[in-house]
Amino acid sequence: MAEQSAALLKAEGVYKYFGAITALRDVNFHVASGEVLGVVGDNGAGKSTLMKILSGLYAPSEGTLIFDGRPVHFGSPRDARNMGIEMVYQDFALAGNLPIYENIYLGREPGRRLGGLTIIDRRLARKMAAEHLDRLKIHVKSVDQPVEELSGGQRQAVAIARATAFDAKVVIMDEPTAALAIKEVGKVLDLIKSLKHHGVAVIIISHRMDDIFYACDRVMALYQGTNFAESPLAATTRNEVIGWIMGTKGHTDSLAHDKVH
Amino acid sequence: MIANQNLSRFLETYGIIAVIIVMMLVLTWTQPQVFPKIENLTNIVKQNASLALLALGMFVVIVTAGIDLSVGSVMALAMVALAIANRDGVPWPLVILIGPLIGVICGAVNGLGLTVLQLPHPFIMTLGTLYVVRGITYLITNGAPVSGLAPEVRYLGQANYDFGLFTPPAGLPASLFLVIVCALGLWFFMTRTSLGRHIYAIGGNPQAARVSGINVDRVLVYVYVICGFFAGLAGLLLAGRTNSGFPNAGIGIELDAIAAVIIGGASFFGGRGTVLGVLSGVVIIGLLRNGLNINNVSAFWQMILIGLVIILAVYLDVLRRKAAVRR
Ligand SMILES: Nc1ncnc2c1ncn2[C@@H]1O[C@H](COP(=O)(O)OP(=O)(O)OP(=O)(O)O)[C@@H](O)[C@H]1O
Ligand SMILES: [Mg+2]
Repeated sequence: MAEQSAALLKAEGVYKYFGAITALRDVNFHVASGEVLGVVGDNGAGKSTLMKILSGLYAPSEGTLIFDGRPVHFGSPRDARNMGIEMVYQDFALAGNLPIYENIYLGREPGRRLGGLTIIDRRLARKMAAEHLDRLKIHVKSVDQPVEELSGGQRQAVAIARATAFDAKVVIMDEPTAALAIKEVGKVLDLIKSLKHHGVAVIIISHRMDDIFYACDRVMALYQGTNFAESPLAATTRNEVIGWIMGTKGHTDSLAHDKVH
Repeated sequence: MIANQNLSRFLETYGIIAVIIVMMLVLTWTQPQVFPKIENLTNIVKQNASLALLALGMFVVIVTAGIDLSVGSVMALAMVALAIANRDGVPWPLVILIGPLIGVICGAVNGLGLTVLQLPHPFIMTLGTLYVVRGITYLITNGAPVSGLAPEVRYLGQANYDFGLFTPPAGLPASLFLVIVCALGLWFFMTRTSLGRHIYAIGGNPQAARVSGINVDRVLVYVYVICGFFAGLAGLLLAGRTNSGFPNAGIGIELDAIAAVIIGGASFFGGRGTVLGVLSGVVIIGLLRNGLNINNVSAFWQMILIGLVIILAVYLDVLRRKAAVRR
Protein backbone atom coordinates (compact mmCIF):
# COMPACT_ATOMS: atom_id res chain seq x y z
CA MET A 1 0.00 0.00 0.00
CA ALA A 2 1.18 3.48 -0.79
CA GLU A 3 0.73 4.93 2.68
CA GLN A 4 2.56 2.04 4.19
CA SER A 5 5.78 2.66 2.33
CA ALA A 6 5.48 6.31 3.33
CA ALA A 7 4.78 5.46 6.96
CA LEU A 8 6.11 8.19 9.23
CA LEU A 9 5.59 6.28 12.44
CA LYS A 10 5.44 2.51 12.64
CA ALA A 11 5.25 -0.07 15.39
CA GLU A 12 6.08 -3.69 14.78
CA GLY A 13 5.29 -6.68 16.95
CA VAL A 14 4.53 -4.62 20.05
CA TYR A 15 3.76 -6.40 23.31
CA LYS A 16 2.99 -4.65 26.57
CA TYR A 17 2.68 -6.43 29.88
CA PHE A 18 1.47 -4.87 33.11
CA GLY A 19 2.41 -7.53 35.62
CA ALA A 20 0.21 -10.48 34.74
CA ILE A 21 -1.95 -8.47 32.33
CA THR A 22 -1.06 -8.53 28.65
CA ALA A 23 -2.41 -5.21 27.41
CA LEU A 24 -0.98 -5.54 23.87
CA ARG A 25 -0.08 -8.69 21.97
CA ASP A 26 1.92 -8.55 18.74
CA VAL A 27 0.39 -5.27 17.61
CA ASN A 28 1.43 -3.66 14.35
CA PHE A 29 0.70 -0.08 13.56
CA HIS A 30 1.56 2.60 11.03
CA VAL A 31 0.55 6.11 10.13
CA ALA A 32 1.70 8.42 7.34
CA SER A 33 2.19 12.17 7.10
CA GLY A 34 -1.03 13.90 6.22
CA GLU A 35 -3.06 10.87 7.17
CA VAL A 36 -5.79 10.79 9.79
CA LEU A 37 -6.04 7.40 11.39
CA GLY A 38 -8.95 6.41 13.59
CA VAL A 39 -8.31 3.83 16.27
CA VAL A 40 -11.33 2.04 17.68
CA GLY A 41 -11.88 -0.75 20.15
CA ASP A 42 -13.83 -1.69 23.22
CA ASN A 43 -12.97 -0.36 26.67
CA GLY A 44 -9.73 -1.98 27.73
CA ALA A 45 -8.82 -3.01 24.19
CA GLY A 46 -5.41 -1.40 24.57
CA LYS A 47 -5.87 1.78 22.55
CA SER A 48 -4.52 4.16 25.16
CA THR A 49 -1.68 1.80 26.00
CA LEU A 50 -0.57 1.66 22.38
CA MET A 51 -0.70 5.44 22.09
CA LYS A 52 1.28 5.91 25.30
CA ILE A 53 3.95 3.68 23.82
CA LEU A 54 4.01 5.78 20.66
CA SER A 55 4.32 8.97 22.70
CA GLY A 56 7.14 7.68 24.89
CA LEU A 57 5.25 7.45 28.19
CA TYR A 58 5.54 3.65 28.28
CA ALA A 59 8.31 1.54 26.83
CA PRO A 60 7.05 -1.48 24.88
CA SER A 61 7.78 -4.81 26.59
CA GLU A 62 8.70 -6.18 23.18
CA GLY A 63 8.67 -4.87 19.64
CA THR A 64 10.13 -1.91 17.79
CA LEU A 65 9.11 1.61 16.92
CA ILE A 66 10.22 3.09 13.64
CA PHE A 67 10.11 6.82 13.03
CA ASP A 68 10.95 8.20 9.60
CA GLY A 69 12.44 4.87 8.59
CA ARG A 70 14.75 4.53 11.59
CA PRO A 71 14.23 2.43 14.71
CA VAL A 72 13.78 4.69 17.74
CA HIS A 73 13.76 4.30 21.48
CA PHE A 74 11.81 6.72 23.62
CA GLY A 75 13.13 6.90 27.15
CA SER A 76 10.47 9.42 28.10
CA PRO A 77 7.82 11.65 26.52
CA ARG A 78 10.57 14.23 26.13
CA ASP A 79 12.32 12.06 23.53
CA ALA A 80 9.11 11.60 21.57
CA ARG A 81 8.29 15.31 21.77
CA ASN A 82 11.75 16.18 20.51
CA MET A 83 10.98 14.13 17.40
CA GLY A 84 7.68 15.88 16.91
CA ILE A 85 5.31 13.33 18.40
CA GLU A 86 2.68 14.94 20.62
CA MET A 87 -0.21 13.45 22.49
CA VAL A 88 -3.44 14.73 23.95
CA TYR A 89 -4.17 12.43 26.85
CA GLN A 90 -7.54 11.01 27.70
CA ASP A 91 -7.44 12.80 31.07
CA PHE A 92 -5.78 15.87 29.46
CA ALA A 93 -2.75 15.71 31.80
CA LEU A 94 -2.78 19.42 32.62
CA ALA A 95 -1.51 21.10 35.77
CA GLY A 96 -4.66 22.71 37.18
CA ASN A 97 -2.74 25.10 39.41
CA LEU A 98 -0.90 26.68 36.48
CA PRO A 99 -2.33 29.20 34.03
CA ILE A 100 -3.25 28.27 30.49
CA TYR A 101 -0.14 29.70 28.90
CA GLU A 102 2.17 27.85 31.26
CA ASN A 103 0.46 24.57 30.54
CA ILE A 104 0.91 25.11 26.83
CA TYR A 105 4.65 25.70 27.18
CA LEU A 106 5.32 23.41 30.13
CA GLY A 107 8.68 21.72 29.59
CA ARG A 108 9.54 23.99 26.66
CA GLU A 109 9.34 27.48 28.09
CA PRO A 110 10.57 30.27 25.85
CA GLY A 111 13.26 32.49 27.32
CA ARG A 112 16.95 32.91 27.93
CA ARG A 113 18.94 29.76 28.62
CA LEU A 114 21.27 29.96 31.57
CA GLY A 115 23.09 26.69 32.19
CA GLY A 116 20.37 24.09 32.56
CA LEU A 117 17.85 26.73 33.49
CA THR A 118 15.57 28.90 31.38
CA ILE A 119 14.76 32.38 32.58
CA ILE A 120 11.24 32.41 31.23
CA ASP A 121 10.16 35.25 28.98
CA ARG A 122 6.66 35.42 30.36
CA ARG A 123 5.48 38.17 28.08
CA LEU A 124 6.57 36.22 25.03
CA ALA A 125 5.00 33.01 26.37
CA ARG A 126 1.69 34.78 26.96
CA LYS A 127 1.75 36.39 23.54
CA MET A 128 2.63 33.14 21.77
CA ALA A 129 -0.07 31.29 23.69
CA ALA A 130 -2.73 33.88 22.85
CA GLU A 131 -1.77 33.85 19.17
CA HIS A 132 -1.72 30.09 19.03
CA LEU A 133 -5.14 29.82 20.66
CA ASP A 134 -6.44 32.40 18.17
CA ARG A 135 -5.11 30.35 15.29
CA LEU A 136 -6.95 27.34 16.67
CA LYS A 137 -10.06 29.52 17.08
CA ILE A 138 -10.11 28.70 20.77
CA HIS A 139 -11.51 31.44 22.94
CA VAL A 140 -10.55 31.91 26.55
CA LYS A 141 -10.99 34.88 28.84
CA SER A 142 -7.30 35.21 29.45
CA VAL A 143 -4.25 33.01 29.05
CA ASP A 144 -3.56 33.76 32.71
CA GLN A 145 -6.57 31.80 33.89
CA PRO A 146 -5.62 28.76 35.96
CA VAL A 147 -6.64 25.60 34.13
CA GLU A 148 -8.60 24.36 37.15
CA GLU A 149 -11.10 27.15 36.54
CA LEU A 150 -11.86 25.94 33.01
CA SER A 151 -14.70 23.77 31.76
CA GLY A 152 -14.02 20.30 30.42
CA GLY A 153 -14.18 21.54 26.84
CA GLN A 154 -11.80 24.40 27.53
CA ARG A 155 -9.34 22.04 29.16
CA GLN A 156 -9.56 19.81 26.16
CA ALA A 157 -8.77 22.83 24.00
CA VAL A 158 -5.75 23.71 26.11
CA ALA A 159 -4.47 20.15 25.87
CA ILE A 160 -4.84 20.31 22.09
CA ALA A 161 -3.13 23.68 22.02
CA ARG A 162 -0.19 22.23 23.93
CA ALA A 163 0.10 19.33 21.49
CA THR A 164 0.12 21.65 18.49
CA ALA A 165 2.12 24.60 19.82
CA PHE A 166 5.32 23.36 18.25
CA ASP A 167 5.41 22.02 14.74
CA ALA A 168 4.34 18.49 15.53
CA LYS A 169 4.74 15.77 12.93
CA VAL A 170 2.45 13.33 14.68
CA VAL A 171 -0.45 14.33 16.89
CA ILE A 172 -2.14 11.60 18.90
CA MET A 173 -5.51 12.39 20.44
CA ASP A 174 -7.00 10.01 22.96
CA GLU A 175 -10.78 10.53 22.82
CA PRO A 176 -10.49 14.21 21.92
CA THR A 177 -14.22 14.75 21.72
CA ALA A 178 -15.41 12.77 24.73
CA ALA A 179 -15.71 15.81 27.00
CA LEU A 180 -17.10 18.21 24.44
CA ALA A 181 -20.42 19.78 23.56
CA ILE A 182 -21.58 19.28 19.96
CA LYS A 183 -20.37 22.69 18.81
CA GLU A 184 -16.92 22.12 20.22
CA VAL A 185 -16.73 18.66 18.67
CA GLY A 186 -17.05 20.25 15.24
CA LYS A 187 -14.19 22.61 16.03
CA VAL A 188 -11.90 19.80 17.07
CA LEU A 189 -12.73 17.76 13.98
CA ASP A 190 -12.05 20.76 11.75
CA LEU A 191 -8.79 21.31 13.57
CA ILE A 192 -7.86 17.71 12.83
CA LYS A 193 -8.54 18.32 9.15
CA SER A 194 -6.43 21.43 9.13
CA LEU A 195 -3.56 19.54 10.78
CA LYS A 196 -3.90 16.96 8.03
CA HIS A 197 -3.64 19.67 5.40
CA HIS A 198 -0.43 20.82 7.01
CA GLY A 199 0.96 17.33 6.52
CA VAL A 200 0.65 16.23 10.13
CA ALA A 201 -0.06 12.59 10.87
CA VAL A 202 -3.06 12.54 13.18
CA ILE A 203 -4.22 9.58 15.22
CA ILE A 204 -7.56 9.80 16.97
CA ILE A 205 -9.04 7.33 19.36
CA SER A 206 -12.79 7.64 19.47
CA HIS A 207 -15.88 5.71 20.38
CA ARG A 208 -18.00 8.01 18.22
CA MET A 209 -18.57 6.73 14.71
CA ASP A 210 -19.53 10.26 13.64
CA ASP A 211 -16.02 11.49 14.43
CA ILE A 212 -14.35 8.57 12.73
CA PHE A 213 -16.39 8.85 9.58
CA TYR A 214 -16.09 12.62 9.40
CA ALA A 215 -12.38 13.03 9.92
CA CYS A 216 -10.48 9.83 9.21
CA ASP A 217 -8.80 8.40 6.14
CA ARG A 218 -8.35 4.97 7.63
CA VAL A 219 -9.61 3.10 10.63
CA MET A 220 -8.03 0.31 12.64
CA ALA A 221 -9.62 -1.77 15.36
CA LEU A 222 -7.95 -3.32 18.38
CA TYR A 223 -9.65 -6.18 20.15
CA GLN A 224 -8.40 -7.50 23.48
CA GLY A 225 -4.93 -6.16 22.83
CA THR A 226 -4.50 -7.45 19.27
CA ASN A 227 -4.90 -6.07 15.75
CA PHE A 228 -8.39 -7.05 14.77
CA ALA A 229 -9.22 -5.27 11.56
CA GLU A 230 -8.22 -2.29 9.46
CA SER A 231 -9.54 -0.55 6.38
CA PRO A 232 -9.47 2.66 4.37
CA LEU A 233 -12.54 4.55 5.42
CA ALA A 234 -14.03 4.51 1.97
CA ALA A 235 -14.04 0.72 1.95
CA THR A 236 -15.96 0.14 5.14
CA THR A 237 -19.21 1.07 6.85
CA ARG A 238 -20.27 2.19 10.29
CA ASN A 239 -21.93 -1.09 10.98
CA GLU A 240 -18.85 -3.01 10.05
CA VAL A 241 -16.64 -0.88 12.30
CA ILE A 242 -19.09 -1.25 15.16
CA GLY A 243 -18.91 -4.98 14.59
CA TRP A 244 -15.10 -4.85 14.89
CA ILE A 245 -15.38 -3.09 18.21
CA MET A 246 -17.58 -5.92 19.43
CA GLY A 247 -15.12 -8.46 18.07
CA THR A 248 -17.18 -9.70 15.14
CA LYS A 249 -16.21 -9.63 11.50
CA GLY A 250 -18.70 -9.41 8.71
CA HIS A 251 -18.21 -11.29 5.46
CA THR A 252 -17.34 -8.29 3.34
CA ASP A 253 -14.36 -8.29 1.00
CA SER A 254 -12.83 -5.18 2.46
CA LEU A 255 -11.62 -7.27 5.37
CA ALA A 256 -8.69 -8.40 3.31
CA HIS A 257 -7.01 -5.30 4.68
CA ASP A 258 -6.78 -6.58 8.17
CA LYS A 259 -3.34 -8.00 7.66
CA VAL A 260 -0.99 -5.09 8.10
CA HIS A 261 2.02 -6.73 6.54
CA MET B 1 -19.04 37.19 40.78
CA ILE B 2 -15.89 38.56 39.15
CA ALA B 3 -15.43 40.89 42.09
CA ASN B 4 -15.75 37.91 44.36
CA GLN B 5 -12.91 36.18 42.55
CA ASN B 6 -10.70 39.22 42.47
CA LEU B 7 -11.34 39.81 46.13
CA SER B 8 -10.43 36.23 46.81
CA ARG B 9 -7.18 36.57 44.88
CA PHE B 10 -6.39 39.82 46.63
CA LEU B 11 -6.97 38.22 50.02
CA GLU B 12 -4.90 35.23 49.03
CA THR B 13 -1.94 37.47 48.30
CA TYR B 14 -2.22 40.30 50.78
CA GLY B 15 -4.67 39.19 53.48
CA ILE B 16 -1.81 37.80 55.48
CA ILE B 17 -0.02 41.16 55.47
CA ALA B 18 -3.13 42.64 57.01
CA VAL B 19 -2.99 39.99 59.72
CA ILE B 20 0.61 40.95 60.50
CA ILE B 21 -0.24 44.64 60.68
CA VAL B 22 -3.12 43.95 63.04
CA MET B 23 -0.88 41.82 65.25
CA MET B 24 1.73 44.55 65.40
CA LEU B 25 -0.88 47.16 66.28
CA VAL B 26 -2.27 45.00 69.05
CA LEU B 27 1.19 44.32 70.46
CA THR B 28 2.10 47.99 70.30
CA TRP B 29 -1.12 48.81 72.09
CA THR B 30 -0.59 46.24 74.86
CA GLN B 31 3.14 46.86 75.36
CA PRO B 32 3.93 50.31 74.00
CA GLN B 33 7.13 50.49 76.08
CA VAL B 34 8.53 47.17 74.88
CA PHE B 35 7.21 45.89 71.61
CA PRO B 36 7.93 48.68 69.13
CA LYS B 37 11.44 49.27 70.51
CA ILE B 38 14.11 48.62 67.94
CA GLU B 39 15.96 46.25 70.33
CA ASN B 40 12.89 44.08 70.55
CA LEU B 41 12.29 44.10 66.80
CA THR B 42 15.95 43.27 66.18
CA ASN B 43 15.59 40.39 68.56
CA ILE B 44 12.55 39.01 66.79
CA VAL B 45 14.45 39.02 63.53
CA LYS B 46 17.53 37.37 64.97
CA GLN B 47 15.56 34.71 66.78
CA ASN B 48 13.59 33.78 63.70
CA ALA B 49 16.15 34.10 60.92
CA SER B 50 17.07 30.41 61.05
CA LEU B 51 13.41 29.46 61.07
CA ALA B 52 12.85 31.69 58.05
CA LEU B 53 15.56 29.87 56.09
CA LEU B 54 14.21 26.48 57.12
CA ALA B 55 10.72 27.55 56.10
CA LEU B 56 11.91 28.74 52.69
CA GLY B 57 13.42 25.33 52.05
CA MET B 58 10.40 23.52 53.42
CA PHE B 59 8.19 25.62 51.17
CA VAL B 60 9.89 24.32 48.03
CA VAL B 61 9.35 20.77 49.23
CA ILE B 62 5.73 21.37 50.18
CA VAL B 63 5.01 22.86 46.75
CA THR B 64 5.75 19.40 45.34
CA ALA B 65 3.30 17.95 47.89
CA GLY B 66 6.28 16.56 49.78
CA ILE B 67 7.61 17.07 53.27
CA ASP B 68 11.08 17.19 54.80
CA LEU B 69 11.13 16.18 58.45
CA SER B 70 14.91 16.10 58.60
CA VAL B 71 15.63 19.84 58.42
CA GLY B 72 16.06 20.29 62.18
CA SER B 73 18.58 17.46 62.34
CA VAL B 74 20.38 18.70 59.24
CA MET B 75 20.63 22.16 60.75
CA ALA B 76 22.14 20.70 63.92
CA LEU B 77 24.63 18.54 62.01
CA ALA B 78 25.69 21.52 59.91
CA MET B 79 26.09 23.58 63.05
CA VAL B 80 28.23 21.12 64.98
CA ALA B 81 30.28 20.11 61.95
CA LEU B 82 31.30 23.67 61.24
CA ALA B 83 31.99 24.28 64.93
CA ILE B 84 34.26 21.24 65.05
CA ALA B 85 36.01 22.28 61.85
CA ASN B 86 36.52 25.73 63.29
CA ARG B 87 37.87 24.32 66.54
CA ASP B 88 40.28 22.10 64.62
CA GLY B 89 41.77 25.03 62.78
CA VAL B 90 40.13 24.82 59.37
CA PRO B 91 40.36 28.28 57.72
CA TRP B 92 37.14 30.24 58.11
CA PRO B 93 36.17 30.53 54.42
CA LEU B 94 36.00 26.72 54.34
CA VAL B 95 34.19 26.55 57.67
CA ILE B 96 31.46 28.78 56.31
CA LEU B 97 30.98 26.49 53.33
CA ILE B 98 30.68 23.39 55.49
CA GLY B 99 27.18 24.22 56.75
CA PRO B 100 25.47 24.62 53.38
CA LEU B 101 27.54 21.75 51.95
CA ILE B 102 26.31 19.35 54.60
CA GLY B 103 22.79 20.54 53.92
CA VAL B 104 23.19 19.86 50.21
CA ILE B 105 24.54 16.36 50.86
CA CYS B 106 21.72 15.50 53.27
CA GLY B 107 19.18 16.89 50.80
CA ALA B 108 20.65 14.80 48.00
CA VAL B 109 20.38 11.71 50.19
CA ASN B 110 16.71 12.51 50.87
CA GLY B 111 15.99 13.14 47.20
CA LEU B 112 17.78 10.03 46.00
CA GLY B 113 16.13 7.90 48.66
CA LEU B 114 12.78 9.10 47.47
CA THR B 115 13.41 8.63 43.76
CA VAL B 116 15.96 5.82 43.48
CA LEU B 117 14.78 3.64 46.35
CA GLN B 118 11.26 4.69 45.40
CA LEU B 119 10.11 4.96 49.00
CA PRO B 120 6.37 5.56 48.87
CA HIS B 121 6.29 8.97 50.59
CA PRO B 122 8.90 11.58 51.51
CA PHE B 123 7.58 11.44 55.07
CA ILE B 124 9.27 8.07 55.44
CA MET B 125 12.63 8.87 53.90
CA THR B 126 12.99 12.13 55.79
CA LEU B 127 11.76 10.58 59.03
CA GLY B 128 14.61 8.13 58.61
CA THR B 129 17.16 10.86 58.00
CA LEU B 130 15.76 12.87 60.91
CA TYR B 131 16.97 10.08 63.19
CA VAL B 132 20.12 9.14 61.30
CA VAL B 133 21.40 12.70 60.98
CA ARG B 134 20.64 13.53 64.60
CA GLY B 135 22.44 10.37 65.62
CA ILE B 136 25.49 11.36 63.60
CA THR B 137 25.35 14.78 65.24
CA TYR B 138 25.48 13.23 68.71
CA LEU B 139 28.13 10.76 67.63
CA ILE B 140 30.64 13.33 66.40
CA THR B 141 30.14 15.58 69.44
CA ASN B 142 29.60 12.92 72.08
CA GLY B 143 26.46 14.89 72.78
CA ALA B 144 28.35 17.90 74.10
CA PRO B 145 28.23 21.42 72.64
CA VAL B 146 31.28 22.71 70.78
CA SER B 147 31.69 26.36 71.60
CA GLY B 148 33.81 29.27 70.48
CA LEU B 149 33.81 30.27 66.83
CA ALA B 150 36.00 32.57 64.77
CA PRO B 151 34.44 36.03 64.36
CA GLU B 152 34.28 35.59 60.57
CA VAL B 153 32.26 32.42 61.00
CA ARG B 154 29.91 34.16 63.39
CA TYR B 155 29.46 37.16 61.12
CA LEU B 156 26.24 36.25 59.30
CA GLY B 157 24.51 35.12 62.47
CA GLN B 158 25.74 37.86 64.70
CA ALA B 159 26.66 41.07 62.90
CA ASN B 160 24.47 44.10 63.33
CA TYR B 161 24.50 47.21 61.21
CA ASP B 162 23.58 50.34 63.13
CA PHE B 163 24.09 52.60 60.09
CA GLY B 164 24.83 55.34 62.62
CA LEU B 165 21.08 55.47 63.23
CA PHE B 166 20.70 53.07 66.08
CA THR B 167 22.58 52.68 69.31
CA PRO B 168 24.08 49.21 69.50
CA PRO B 169 23.07 46.50 70.23
CA ALA B 170 20.07 47.72 68.26
CA GLY B 171 20.41 47.76 64.50
CA LEU B 172 19.60 45.75 61.45
CA PRO B 173 21.07 42.25 61.77
CA ALA B 174 23.07 40.71 58.94
CA SER B 175 20.81 37.69 59.21
CA LEU B 176 17.90 39.89 58.11
CA PHE B 177 19.71 40.76 54.92
CA LEU B 178 20.66 37.14 54.35
CA VAL B 179 17.02 36.10 54.69
CA ILE B 180 15.93 38.87 52.33
CA VAL B 181 18.50 37.91 49.73
CA CYS B 182 17.53 34.24 50.01
CA ALA B 183 13.84 35.07 49.77
CA LEU B 184 14.32 37.26 46.71
CA GLY B 185 16.49 34.65 45.06
CA LEU B 186 13.97 31.92 45.80
CA TRP B 187 11.09 34.07 44.62
CA PHE B 188 12.84 34.65 41.32
CA PHE B 189 13.71 30.98 41.00
CA MET B 190 10.20 29.76 41.77
CA THR B 191 8.32 32.25 39.62
CA ARG B 192 10.63 33.08 36.74
CA THR B 193 12.70 30.03 35.90
CA SER B 194 11.72 26.81 34.16
CA LEU B 195 12.84 24.63 37.05
CA GLY B 196 10.79 26.67 39.51
CA ARG B 197 7.68 26.34 37.35
CA HIS B 198 8.32 22.62 36.94
CA ILE B 199 8.30 22.35 40.73
CA TYR B 200 4.84 23.94 40.81
CA ALA B 201 3.70 21.73 37.93
CA ILE B 202 4.78 18.60 39.79
CA GLY B 203 2.79 19.77 42.79
CA GLY B 204 -0.24 20.43 40.62
CA ASN B 205 -0.20 17.23 38.58
CA PRO B 206 2.93 15.06 38.43
CA GLN B 207 1.55 13.16 35.45
CA ALA B 208 1.16 16.40 33.50
CA ALA B 209 4.75 17.26 34.32
CA ARG B 210 5.93 13.85 33.19
CA VAL B 211 4.13 13.86 29.85
CA SER B 212 5.40 17.38 29.21
CA GLY B 213 8.87 15.90 29.16
CA ILE B 214 9.89 16.99 32.64
CA ASN B 215 12.19 14.57 34.44
CA VAL B 216 10.16 14.49 37.63
CA ASP B 217 12.65 12.44 39.63
CA ARG B 218 15.51 14.76 38.81
CA VAL B 219 13.48 17.82 39.77
CA LEU B 220 12.55 16.17 43.09
CA VAL B 221 16.22 15.58 43.89
CA TYR B 222 16.90 19.28 43.24
CA VAL B 223 13.99 20.17 45.49
CA TYR B 224 15.34 18.25 48.48
CA VAL B 225 18.83 19.57 47.79
CA ILE B 226 17.49 23.14 47.91
CA CYS B 227 15.71 22.39 51.17
CA GLY B 228 18.88 20.86 52.62
CA PHE B 229 20.93 23.83 51.48
CA PHE B 230 18.68 26.21 53.41
CA ALA B 231 18.82 23.96 56.48
CA GLY B 232 22.63 24.05 56.33
CA LEU B 233 22.60 27.80 55.96
CA ALA B 234 20.24 28.02 58.94
CA GLY B 235 22.83 26.02 60.89
CA LEU B 236 25.49 28.58 60.00
CA LEU B 237 23.28 31.41 61.23
CA LEU B 238 22.39 29.67 64.45
CA ALA B 239 26.02 28.78 65.12
CA GLY B 240 26.93 32.42 64.62
CA ARG B 241 24.22 33.69 66.90
CA THR B 242 24.92 31.23 69.72
CA ASN B 243 28.70 31.04 69.21
CA SER B 244 28.56 27.26 69.34
CA GLY B 245 27.67 23.99 67.71
CA PHE B 246 24.85 22.58 69.73
CA PRO B 247 23.89 18.96 69.10
CA ASN B 248 20.42 19.46 70.56
CA ALA B 249 19.67 22.42 68.31
CA GLY B 250 16.52 22.44 66.26
CA ILE B 251 14.73 19.49 67.79
CA GLY B 252 11.15 19.81 66.59
CA ILE B 253 11.88 22.93 64.55
CA GLU B 254 10.80 21.13 61.36
CA LEU B 255 7.28 21.44 62.71
CA ASP B 256 7.68 25.20 63.14
CA ALA B 257 8.90 25.40 59.57
CA ILE B 258 5.94 23.40 58.30
CA ALA B 259 3.61 25.57 60.40
CA ALA B 260 5.06 28.75 58.92
CA VAL B 261 4.61 27.45 55.38
CA ILE B 262 1.03 26.37 56.01
CA ILE B 263 0.09 29.56 57.87
CA GLY B 264 1.62 31.39 54.92
CA GLY B 265 -1.02 29.90 52.66
CA ALA B 266 0.84 27.13 50.86
CA SER B 267 -1.23 24.06 50.18
CA PHE B 268 -0.17 20.90 51.92
CA PHE B 269 -1.31 19.07 48.81
CA GLY B 270 1.17 20.86 46.61
CA GLY B 271 1.19 23.31 43.75
CA ARG B 272 0.29 26.39 45.72
CA GLY B 273 2.08 28.95 47.84
CA THR B 274 4.30 32.00 47.63
CA VAL B 275 7.60 33.10 49.13
CA LEU B 276 5.91 36.22 50.52
CA GLY B 277 3.36 33.99 52.24
CA VAL B 278 6.07 31.85 53.80
CA LEU B 279 7.92 34.85 55.18
CA SER B 280 4.63 36.17 56.52
CA GLY B 281 4.03 32.82 58.20
CA VAL B 282 7.41 33.08 59.90
CA VAL B 283 6.70 36.65 61.00
CA ILE B 284 3.33 35.61 62.43
CA ILE B 285 4.92 32.82 64.46
CA GLY B 286 7.70 35.16 65.57
CA LEU B 287 5.29 37.91 66.59
CA LEU B 288 3.09 35.45 68.41
CA ARG B 289 6.00 34.11 70.46
CA ASN B 290 7.42 37.54 71.14
CA GLY B 291 4.04 39.04 71.94
CA LEU B 292 3.19 36.31 74.41
CA ASN B 293 6.65 36.57 75.97
CA ILE B 294 6.57 40.28 76.53
CA ASN B 295 3.04 39.96 77.88
CA ASN B 296 4.32 37.29 80.28
CA VAL B 297 2.17 34.54 78.90
CA SER B 298 3.63 31.12 79.53
CA ALA B 299 5.37 29.10 76.82
CA PHE B 300 2.65 26.50 77.20
CA TRP B 301 0.10 28.96 75.96
CA GLN B 302 2.35 29.76 73.02
CA MET B 303 2.08 26.18 71.83
CA ILE B 304 -1.68 26.16 72.20
CA LEU B 305 -1.99 29.42 70.31
CA ILE B 306 0.30 28.42 67.47
CA GLY B 307 -1.70 25.24 67.07
CA LEU B 308 -4.93 27.21 66.94
CA VAL B 309 -3.45 29.66 64.44
CA ILE B 310 -2.52 26.81 62.11
CA ILE B 311 -6.04 25.44 62.25
CA LEU B 312 -7.56 28.89 61.81
CA ALA B 313 -5.27 29.79 58.92
CA VAL B 314 -6.14 26.65 57.00
CA TYR B 315 -9.83 27.02 57.81
CA LEU B 316 -9.81 30.58 56.44
CA ASP B 317 -8.20 29.18 53.33
CA VAL B 318 -10.98 26.60 53.02
CA LEU B 319 -13.56 29.38 53.30
CA ARG B 320 -11.74 31.51 50.74
CA ARG B 321 -11.61 28.65 48.29
CA LYS B 322 -15.30 27.96 48.70
CA ALA B 323 -16.03 31.62 48.02
CA ALA B 324 -13.87 31.49 44.89
CA VAL B 325 -15.60 28.40 43.53
CA ARG B 326 -19.10 29.77 44.12
CA ARG B 327 -19.01 32.16 41.17
N1 LIG C 1 -0.76 1.39 34.06
C1 LIG C 1 -1.44 0.22 33.96
N2 LIG C 1 -1.26 -0.74 34.89
C2 LIG C 1 -1.92 -1.93 34.79
N3 LIG C 1 -2.78 -2.24 33.83
C3 LIG C 1 -3.01 -1.31 32.88
C4 LIG C 1 -2.35 -0.04 32.89
N4 LIG C 1 -2.76 0.67 31.82
C5 LIG C 1 -3.63 -0.12 31.18
N5 LIG C 1 -3.78 -1.31 31.80
C6 LIG C 1 -4.63 -2.42 31.36
O1 LIG C 1 -4.39 -2.61 29.98
C7 LIG C 1 -5.58 -2.86 29.28
C8 LIG C 1 -5.75 -1.85 28.17
O2 LIG C 1 -6.00 -0.58 28.72
P1 LIG C 1 -6.14 0.73 27.86
O3 LIG C 1 -6.22 1.87 28.78
O4 LIG C 1 -5.07 0.75 26.84
O5 LIG C 1 -7.56 0.50 27.18
P2 LIG C 1 -8.35 1.46 26.19
O6 LIG C 1 -8.51 0.72 24.93
O7 LIG C 1 -7.71 2.80 26.10
O8 LIG C 1 -9.75 1.57 26.93
P3 LIG C 1 -10.77 2.83 27.08
O9 LIG C 1 -11.61 2.85 25.87
O10 LIG C 1 -11.56 2.47 28.30
O11 LIG C 1 -9.95 4.06 27.27
C9 LIG C 1 -6.69 -2.83 30.32
O12 LIG C 1 -6.97 -4.16 30.70
C10 LIG C 1 -6.10 -2.08 31.46
O13 LIG C 1 -6.64 -2.51 32.67
MG1 LIG D 1 -8.21 4.72 26.79
